[in-house]
Amino acid sequence: MNNWEYAESIESEKIVKIEKKYGHFINGEFVSPNSKKYLDTISPSSEEVLSSISIGNEKDVDFAVNAAKEGLKQWSKTSPSERSKYLFKLARLIQERSREFAVLESLDGGKPIKESRDFDLPQVAQNFFYYAGWADKIDLAWGSGISKPYGVVGQIIPWNFPLLMLSWKVAPALATGNTVVLKPAETTPLTALLFAELCDEVGLPKGVFNLITGDGTTGSELVNHKDIKKIAFTGSTSVGKYIQKSLAGRDVGLTLELGGKAANIVYNDAALDEAVEGVVNGIFFNQGHVCCAGSRLLVQEDIHDVFINKLEKRMQTLRVGNPLDKNTDIGAINSKDQLDKITDLVNEGVSDGGELFQIECELPKNGFWFKPSLFTGVQANYKIATEEIFGPVLTTLTFRTPDEAVEIANNTEYGLSAGIWTEKGSKILWTADRLDAGVIWANTFNKFDPASPFGGYKESGFGREGGRHGLLSYLKASS
Amino acid sequence: MNTNLSMNNIVDWTTTSDLVGNVKVDQVGVLDRVSSLATRSIKRESKLDALEKIVSMCDLTTLEGEDTEGKIIQMSSKAISPDPSDDNVPSAAAVCVYPALVSTAKKIVKDSNVKVASVSSYFPSGQAPIESKISDTQFAIDEGADEIDIVINRKAFFEGDYKKVYEEIKALKDVCGEIHLKTILEIGELKTYENIKKASVIALCAGSDFIKTSTGKISNGSSREACLIMARTVREFESYGYGIRGIKVAGGIRDAKDAIRYLVIINEELGGSWLSADYFRFGASSLLDDVLKQIKKLKTNAYQSSYYFPRG
Repeated sequence: MNNWEYAESIESEKIVKIEKKYGHFINGEFVSPNSKKYLDTISPSSEEVLSSISIGNEKDVDFAVNAAKEGLKQWSKTSPSERSKYLFKLARLIQERSREFAVLESLDGGKPIKESRDFDLPQVAQNFFYYAGWADKIDLAWGSGISKPYGVVGQIIPWNFPLLMLSWKVAPALATGNTVVLKPAETTPLTALLFAELCDEVGLPKGVFNLITGDGTTGSELVNHKDIKKIAFTGSTSVGKYIQKSLAGRDVGLTLELGGKAANIVYNDAALDEAVEGVVNGIFFNQGHVCCAGSRLLVQEDIHDVFINKLEKRMQTLRVGNPLDKNTDIGAINSKDQLDKITDLVNEGVSDGGELFQIECELPKNGFWFKPSLFTGVQANYKIATEEIFGPVLTTLTFRTPDEAVEIANNTEYGLSAGIWTEKGSKILWTADRLDAGVIWANTFNKFDPASPFGGYKESGFGREGGRHGLLSYLKASS
Repeated sequence: MNTNLSMNNIVDWTTTSDLVGNVKVDQVGVLDRVSSLATRSIKRESKLDALEKIVSMCDLTTLEGEDTEGKIIQMSSKAISPDPSDDNVPSAAAVCVYPALVSTAKKIVKDSNVKVASVSSYFPSGQAPIESKISDTQFAIDEGADEIDIVINRKAFFEGDYKKVYEEIKALKDVCGEIHLKTILEIGELKTYENIKKASVIALCAGSDFIKTSTGKISNGSSREACLIMARTVREFESYGYGIRGIKVAGGIRDAKDAIRYLVIINEELGGSWLSADYFRFGASSLLDDVLKQIKKLKTNAYQSSYYFPRG
C-alpha cells in the first residue's frame, strides 16, 4: 500500500486585520452602539474569539434608518451613471482585496478557503459588476413605468454565504437608487464590516450604505421600523413567516428567500460517476449550509445499491478539517447552535429507523464539526426526509418511474431548487416541466451566475435575486 | 475472480459489447472534477514524495527515426541513475524504444530494475494487417522486451467495428502472455469523452494490463480529463472483479506541476494503492529533467541548470 499524504497547506491569517471591537457603520462612519452592548464573534473552527460586535437596539436602528433617509436625498439626485461608477469601484476593490475577504470569511464562518476563494469572492465581485452595468439602464429592463426605487431598504442576511448574500442584496438595491440598512448574521459579521470600510474608501455618499450588527432583536427592530419601505430577507422559513406577519397591514415591500429541501433526482440512465460528484457537491458544499442544497437524493430503485456504493466511496475521500487549509473540502459547522440542531435531527433519523453512514475521519478537538453523513432506508414520513437539516447530511429515497420521482420531489413544503441526472435530454425537459422549484439544474448542481434569477416557490419564499428579475425586487410601479 | 474472465484477464466479447453499449460520461462533470482537483495544494514533504514517485514511474522514451544505439545507451544509463548526485532519487520505471533498439537497451539495463518497453503493432498509426502487428510484437519480445506498448486500431474504431479493435488487442495479448501489455488509445484522435471511455473499456476487456493516453506523436497527446475517465474505467473494472489494471499517461506532460496534478487524480479517484510503477506510469522525455530540478530545489533551495543533470 502506497500512501501519499498531503501536507498541510495553510492560507496565512496575517493578511487580515481584525479590530478588537466594532461599532455600527452609520452615515459613513463607525459609531459606538447606543445599547453599549456587544457580543463576541468566534471562529467556529477553533472557538477562539475574533472580535466583539455591537448589538443594535431600537435607537441604533432608528439612527441608521434616519441616516439612510438623509442619504436618499443625495442618492436620488446622483445620476444613474454615477451610481454605476460607485458599484464598479466596489467590484474592483473587492477583487483587489479578495484574498483578505476570503480568509476573513473562512475564519469567521468556518467554510473551506478553497470555496471562499474560488466561489464566494469571484461571485461577489461579479454581482457588483453585473448590477453596476444595470444602474443606468433600469428603464430598459422593465420599461419606464416600473422605475421607482422603494427608498430606504432594510436587508437581513444569513450566515452561510455572508458576503455573497450581501452582494446579492446591496448591489441591486444601490443600482436601482435605494439606500440600505443591512444587518448581517450575528455569527458572521466580519466581512460585512470590512465591506463597510470599502464603501468609505470609494467615497460612497454618506448614508447610502448603513450597517447595523446584532442578533435577532436587532433584526426585529429593523423590520418594525416605521420608515422602512422594503425588507429583503434571506434565512429560515420560521423567521420569514415572522417577518411577513410583522409587515402585514403596512405598505412595506417584501422579498423572502427561505429554506429548501431539494430533490436531486438520479435516473438509471445517468452518467453515474459524474452524478456522484454532483450529489456530493449538492449536499456537502459549504458543509450543507446551503438553502438550495440537494439534501434529498432521489435515486431510481434499480441502481440504488450501485449508486450508494459509489457515493460512500467518494464521500470517504472528503477531507474534513481546518478551513484555512487549502486542501480542506469540508470545514467547520457555523455555530454550536447549528451543530446541536444537526445532531438532534440525525439522532432522530437513526431512532426513526434510517440507516446512517458516516465517513471515517478524525475531527479537530476544538470547534464545531460534523462528519459527512448519508441516510439510506429512509421513509417519506421521517423528519430527516422533510425537514431542512442545513448540514452535511444527505437523505436517500428511491423511486420507480419518472412520475413517481416528480411526485416525491414535489412532496415538500419547499420549492427552491432541484437537480436532474440523466443522459436523455427529453427526460430532463419532461422532468423540469413538472418540478415546483425556482432553479433546476440538469447534470450539474450549484451553478450560479449573476445574470440568472434565483428564488423559490411555496415556503421557500418569493421574489427573485439576480438577473434582470433581481431589479424588480427593488423597484415599484411609479405613480 | 469473475466468471466472465478467462485466461490473460480477458473479458468475453458479449460482456464487453454490453459494457461498451452502456458507456455514459458527462463532459461538464468531468471538467468540473478535473478543475477542482487541480486546486490541491501539494507542498513540502508531500511534494518531495510525489516527485520521487514520479521519477520511479517514468518510462523514459525516445521514438524517433533518428534514434541510434548511442542514443539508446545514453538514455538507458540515465534511466538507471537519473541523478547520480543524489542516491535517494530512484531509477526510472522503464525505457521505451522501437523494437529494433530493444536489445541495445536491454544490454544496458540488464542488472537494474529498469524495464525495457517496446512500442509495436505498427506504432503510431496501427495501419497494418494483424499478422504484421503480431510479428512486430513477437520480434520485440524475442529481442527481450519486458513490456509492450501497442496502439488500438482507430480505423476500425471509427468505422464502428469495435469487435475488430477488441480482437486485435486480444490477439496481441496472446502473443505477450505474461509480458506487460500497454494499449494506447490515442485520445487526441478519439476526441470525445465517450469515445475515450469506450476505447478504455474495449482495451481493458481485451486483456490490456495498462491503458495509455497517447503515442506522443500528435500535438494533443495526454489530458487530465482523459486520465480521469480512464481512472474511473479502471476503478469500475476492479469493482466488477476483473482485477487491478494500470494507466500510463503520455504526450505533452512536460513539467512537474502538471505531473503532480495527474498524480492527484489517481490518488483521489483510485486511491494510494495505485501510486506505484506497477499501476501508474508517465511516458516522458523532457518531464524527468524538470522533476529532478524540482527535487534539487526542495532539498537545496536552489534551482539548478539542466547541465547539472546527465543528458538522456
